[in-house]
Amino acid sequence: MNRLVPHPILILALVLMWLLMTRFTLGNLILGTAIALVAGWALGALEPERPRIRRFWPLIRLAGIVSLDIVRSNIAVAALIVTGGRHGQRRSGFVQIPLRLRDPVPLGLLAVIITATPGTAWLEYDGESGVLLLHVFDLVDDEAWRHLIRDRYEALLLEAFA
Amino acid sequence: MKHLADLPLWIGVPVALLLVIGATLTLLGTLGLVRLRSFYDRLHAPTLGTSWGAAATLLASMILFSWTEVRAAVHELVLGVLVMVTTPVTLMLLGRAALHRDRAEGHKDVPPAVARERETSGTDGRAGQGASPRPALQPDSPGIFMDR
Repeated sequence: MNRLVPHPILILALVLMWLLMTRFTLGNLILGTAIALVAGWALGALEPERPRIRRFWPLIRLAGIVSLDIVRSNIAVAALIVTGGRHGQRRSGFVQIPLRLRDPVPLGLLAVIITATPGTAWLEYDGESGVLLLHVFDLVDDEAWRHLIRDRYEALLLEAFA
Repeated sequence: MKHLADLPLWIGVPVALLLVIGATLTLLGTLGLVRLRSFYDRLHAPTLGTSWGAAATLLASMILFSWTEVRAAVHELVLGVLVMVTTPVTLMLLGRAALHRDRAEGHKDVPPAVARERETSGTDGRAGQGASPRPALQPDSPGIFMDR
């Protein structure tokens, strides 16, 4: 299992993508599976370490929380642009957040979450100290942002990945 | 566009609404890109277009073409995922380049890089030239990426 299918989730996602891009037929399923397997072996040769997902439930919860947050922050940032930043009251700034995550895969997921949410931009992560430098579009309280990232997103990622 | 003439209302209305929402958000994002003053602020504006600007447009496309082609058109999901996964790459690249430049110019509003042991050890033979390892060109210059 491990050597034949080095990255099972990636391979499954690739097969699914192949079927989405074409029409669902038996031929496409076989061809897509073959291509996904080859891609999985190639990645397995490059990157033998695969992400260890301990529990799926936190990831599903995270997806729900994040999609809600994306809608909310879209509205917030759009309103800020329309009103010219609450008529000049808006202040943006940098926040430094010490992260507990160390694995590249959950860190990458966190980067996608932070980037996909308008109003926060992931600028720099220092691998040695584990400090993330974030730029916040509408910065009112530094500590609130630290709590948000660490308790709302990072905690769930820590739960999900071993 | 003849086939759109007999589109039922209950499909046409949500598709139109989603398209307007997506287009408005993308437009606001580009407006912000033009109007905001600092580079770091401008980084935020286009993310409106890559999040719900793209999502609403793709949803509209999925609903419309699932109806007209009489099969679930879900390949837009792949587009959405690819947009989501690739934006952080460019955003980090731009953000870090701006940070590096502002730091090199000694701008004070930018948080300093995490201190490294090797930078202060002075083994490069220029230790007598000052404590700062980074060349501070003009200490009080505003930094080209910050507010003017």
